[in-house]
Amino acid sequence: MDVTRRVLLMAAVAAGMLAPAPLAAQEKFIIVASTTSTEQSGLFRHLLPIFERKTGIQARVVALGTGQALDVGRRGDADVVLVHDPAAERTFVEEGHGVNHRPFMYNDFVIVGPRADPARIAGGRDVLAALRLVAAARAAFVSRGDRSGTHAAELRYWKAAGVDIAAQKGPWYRETGSGMGPALNIASSMGAYILADRGTWLSFKNRGDLAILVEGDPKLFNQYGIMLVNPDRHPHIKKDLGNAFIDWVVSPEGQQAISDYKIGGEQLFFPNYRGGG
Amino acid sequence: MRAPTSILPLRLAEVSFVVGGRAIIDRLSFRIEPGSRTIVLGPNGAGKSVLLRLCHGLLEPTSGRLEWADRERPGRRRQAMVFQRPVLLRRSALANVVYGLKLAGVPRAERVRAARAALDSVGLAALAGRSARVLSAGEQQRLALARAWAMRPEVMFLDEPTASLDPSARAEVERIIQAIHDAGTKVVMVTHNLGQARRLGDEIVLLHQGRLVERAPVDRFFTRPASAEAEAFLKGELPWT
Amino acid sequence: METGTGRERTVIDVIPRALHDALGLIVGLDASLLEIVALSLEVSLSAVAIATVLALPSGAAIAVMQFRGRRVIVVLLNALMGLPPVVVGLIVYLLLSRAGPLGSLGLLFTPAAMVIAQTILILPIIAALTRQTVEDAWREYQEQLHSLGARGFTAALTLVWDIRFSLITAVLAGLGRASAEVGAVMIVGGNIAGVTRVMTTAIALETSKGDLALALGLGLILLTLVLLLNAGAYALKEMAQHRYG
Repeated sequence: MDVTRRVLLMAAVAAGMLAPAPLAAQEKFIIVASTTSTEQSGLFRHLLPIFERKTGIQARVVALGTGQALDVGRRGDADVVLVHDPAAERTFVEEGHGVNHRPFMYNDFVIVGPRADPARIAGGRDVLAALRLVAAARAAFVSRGDRSGTHAAELRYWKAAGVDIAAQKGPWYRETGSGMGPALNIASSMGAYILADRGTWLSFKNRGDLAILVEGDPKLFNQYGIMLVNPDRHPHIKKDLGNAFIDWVVSPEGQQAISDYKIGGEQLFFPNYRGGG
Repeated sequence: MRAPTSILPLRLAEVSFVVGGRAIIDRLSFRIEPGSRTIVLGPNGAGKSVLLRLCHGLLEPTSGRLEWADRERPGRRRQAMVFQRPVLLRRSALANVVYGLKLAGVPRAERVRAARAALDSVGLAALAGRSARVLSAGEQQRLALARAWAMRPEVMFLDEPTASLDPSARAEVERIIQAIHDAGTKVVMVTHNLGQARRLGDEIVLLHQGRLVERAPVDRFFTRPASAEAEAFLKGELPWT
Repeated sequence: METGTGRERTVIDVIPRALHDALGLIVGLDASLLEIVALSLEVSLSAVAIATVLALPSGAAIAVMQFRGRRVIVVLLNALMGLPPVVVGLIVYLLLSRAGPLGSLGLLFTPAAMVIAQTILILPIIAALTRQTVEDAWREYQEQLHSLGARGFTAALTLVWDIRFSLITAVLAGLGRASAEVGAVMIVGGNIAGVTRVMTTAIALETSKGDLALALGLGLILLTLVLLLNAGAYALKEMAQHRYG
């Protein structure tokens, strides 16, 4: 009994020590469903403490793919949805799942690829021309293939470039079904081209032989939108706290905070809230 | 409340124990009477251990009747069993005996006192606090005896209690068994050791192929066996089953 | 928890960086690291505690009782040991989602949800291993306990208490599974920074960000923790073996 009693005592002490902080619930918080690329860019780590200091509200970001983020919103598991797929956002609102929709910032995509550049696209400023060259050369290309905003954009570009990707894809076109980071990992190890958002690229640490080859085309701008999950559909939604977050993000202070976020001196996101929704 | 009556005699009537088509005990009928020390002998496979377990209640007969004299409380506490290799709990020697007393319904205040007395009677008083599983084989068997005896049973079944012990430990255990008998408990023991049977027994019951072949006072059994099987057995020529 | 850039291509390059990152975090008592480690321990240890309370008696009961369909239950229990964590996560997510039956509890994306998912995941492991251990011991103890007058529940209780140190192995197996899994806690917890981020989900995150050195460093810390827990349990068993035999 002696040994056992000692063990139980130690366990009780350990449990007592660990009990406090993390499991204690914060009262004022909202769940924000957003995308992995936004989370991984580090924007939230910069933005959210400012918001919390000002309002005392903790914004808890669950980072998923755009498709899953919208799905979480449809189920009412999040209070606010923040993604970058204007078409999907419009549908979301039209279907009655979201309200108070505001486009509020953009970042841009870049085409990243191996320095060897087999398709000869480096230095170009036309994304459609670049993609046509990649398809023609059947050069290795990694696609996220995961219903994300980035994936949706990629498919739009192929279509606009006149490339029927569904028909033309072959072993050179790799769909990973994953987030931006893992897809970049794969592109890096394969020496493949890939469409990436600048934010994830700037904080990506496993670049290998990859570099930015095509950028600056206005078509590459990636619009972000924020909206409240419809409280009429989901009465438990924290309407006031959620709107407080949306209002702050589009306020001059919030928009400035977005501009202030830089990696290596470079600004990633460009606020463009112009009133209305 | 009635004055307590003895649970003996134990009556077996046409008791059989059949497993997989084989009758390990085959229509056995006899009585276990109080007083004498009964030794059960027989070749391997004769059914001796099974017989003990049937009497003790660990096994149910396939057919036939097994009746104790006092059927009101056929409580195990009034009869106990000691096995060839005792199973002791991972506690002190004292705690093991106390455990048995607790199961027997002895009130808490009494338990420790009775346990200590039992350990004392088998010569283990000094090892009361020692962990039971680190004791020697002989000490463990004495502890098992103390545990069984502490419950003051009317009948004590013993299944080859010294088969795994060295001679000096065996001698101590035999002394304890004698003391148990002297204190008034009926002893029913299975053994392979014929010398031990002569030393400790008053009557011999010989089993062969699940049947009772001979029953006689110890001296007569060894000097003038009545049956052919008994003769063969004493010469070591009775076949195993 | 930002660290160096690293252009490491191979495992060999990554390891020194990983060790350097890991040590840096530990020595600097990096606040977010401590938070992550504390939450990992809380979630997994809570799950183990709850699962043990439920699984130990169940496993012991199945081991000693005879009932119709017992063999089916045993096979089922053994099979459930291999429940894929991500499947458990998905099922618990569907249950706890607002669109699901238990949505009104508001447990999704909280540590409580993670504890629930892990408890469900490891319960069969602890129960199945308990059943095996108790069943083996039952063969040894049953006759003697019956002889002393202990039947059914009393006997089972005595037995389980007597082999308690062997049962530590079953509990440890559960703890190992809980602290190693990422699929369940990722789905039901959401890997929210400072709220539901644990070691395994942090490692997954850093890997997907391409910060392999940091991911590996975190992995080494996790391994060390698990090793320490196991070493502690082993020492306990040794101590008990020596004392009780």
